[in-house]
Amino acid sequence: MSKISELSLTKIVNGIKKKDFSSEEVTKSFIDSSKKSKKLNTYITECFDEALKFSKNFDKKKDYKGLLSGVPIAVKDLFCTKNVKTTAGSKILHNFIPTYESTVTNNLWSQGAFLLGKLNCDEFAMGSSNETSFFGNVKNPYGEKLVPGGSSGGSASALAAGLTPATIGTDTGGSIRQPASFTGTVGLKPTYGRCSRWGIVAFASSLDQAGPMTNNVEDSALLLQAMSGYDSKDSTSVDKKVENYSSNLTEKIKGLKIGIPKEYRVDKMPTEIDDLWKKGIEYLKDAGAIIKNISLEHTMYALPAYYIVAPAEASSNLARYDGVKYGHRARGKNLIEMYENTRSEGFGNEVKRRILIGTYVLSSGYYDAYYLKAQKVRQLIKNDFDKAFKDVDAILTPSTPSSAFKIGDKSDDPVSMYLNDIFTVPVNLSGLPAISVPAGYDKNNLPLGLQLIGKAFDEQTILNLSLAIEKRANFKKNYKVWWS
Amino acid sequence: MSIDKDTVKHISKLARISLDENKVESLSKDLTSIMKFIESLNELNTDKTTPLTSIINASLKSRKDEVKDGKIRNQILKNSPEKNDEFFVVPKVIE
Repeated sequence: MSKISELSLTKIVNGIKKKDFSSEEVTKSFIDSSKKSKKLNTYITECFDEALKFSKNFDKKKDYKGLLSGVPIAVKDLFCTKNVKTTAGSKILHNFIPTYESTVTNNLWSQGAFLLGKLNCDEFAMGSSNETSFFGNVKNPYGEKLVPGGSSGGSASALAAGLTPATIGTDTGGSIRQPASFTGTVGLKPTYGRCSRWGIVAFASSLDQAGPMTNNVEDSALLLQAMSGYDSKDSTSVDKKVENYSSNLTEKIKGLKIGIPKEYRVDKMPTEIDDLWKKGIEYLKDAGAIIKNISLEHTMYALPAYYIVAPAEASSNLARYDGVKYGHRARGKNLIEMYENTRSEGFGNEVKRRILIGTYVLSSGYYDAYYLKAQKVRQLIKNDFDKAFKDVDAILTPSTPSSAFKIGDKSDDPVSMYLNDIFTVPVNLSGLPAISVPAGYDKNNLPLGLQLIGKAFDEQTILNLSLAIEKRANFKKNYKVWWS
Repeated sequence: MSIDKDTVKHISKLARISLDENKVESLSKDLTSIMKFIESLNELNTDKTTPLTSIINASLKSRKDEVKDGKIRNQILKNSPEKNDEFFVVPKVIE
């Protein structure tokens, strides 16, 4: 039998239920691989002792009723966890210990899972490479010099390296799907409102959504089911029945109509990304789908609109970090100076840039020109999708315009970093669900993902289509372990 | 629109972030390039478009206005960098 830490989440859940191995054996296996992974820098906080204790108790109690019974899971350090340090990758929260648990992590624990640790991420989830974290770069298992993507970079890297059986991330502009694509894993951003945002450190509240990051599509369905649901503590979560995504999962997708948007064929996109997209089209045709060319004509305006809306909301959300209630505090001669010094010391460069952009576009006299304009453009982008979904059931695009890039390559030029999210951002602006599924490699043997975008609350269809691609692409991890 | 050094200083003040003088120049350059990127939106005529206010077609639920928790002062104060038994402590505000 292969090492437990190389098994999928579904196999681990079933193995524990069938008593092929105990929760303690599973937990030890992941702790063991995690301890050897320091060079990847995926963990901000390790909860190994507590996890081991929990697993031993679990094995005594033998309660297998949950969807995730007996499974240790490490999560992005953006989810507040009761009595466990939660930093959001920022100096300003370096010592913050929540006295409450986020709804989404609580949902996982209600299904029998328990916390293995907190994973590195870009500071306040602002970044596409995990380079903005106060706790240092995360490295990609596919190469010591490569970024894992971001902002859920620690999650993606830990998952791909077999340090956790599955994980959860958050996605504001691509922060689950882009790192999934860079690390050869499956990342799903659910429909806005499918999962509760309560207890997640807020970045841009009209865009943020938590979602599953897993080794395969079957695991994605299972974890989505476990974490979703209405929550009275988040008024934007939607009271809609959570489907049984796992048992409804099927690769029988015959007759489904798939849209191919011509606007996603961007300048300077490597031919191998275009080739991968064509391959994806062939896979879906082979499974019986009908391919239709469509147009999403305002696609090119999505990123500029995003870089008004997201910083505007961020500047407002991050106003709470004032050195009074929690987190880092600097000295100052008076109250205002204490605020200013605290925020200057506590926030990193990218977060400051975004707060300043947000403050600028919301400042007196500029609101109409920027924020209102962006919300109008957002409506146009949403209209494009609404129109397209009258004719098709889902949309297929590449997940990212490139494979994983080198650490330091884009960190000097904010705009070139932002362009990474060109294919993922329109989905957040429109609130739609989307998934990135690994579908092949580029010439340097780096993973590439394809993105499927679905109708609101139709996660099932994009999961099914991803399964059809997964079966045909036959993607296998092919990195050599260099970190242990 | 370019964001000159005075504007950088002004918005930093609004955002309550103190800036080192030597960082103002590079921030002005970064913010200007971001604003240039954003301004491609001006190509679009949106005179007849209504701005988006909600992305999901679901009406907000109303709930009873009732107290569900409380008596958690110690929890709320727990993470404060400076406090006494009952209050957050801040530098003197009133002379």
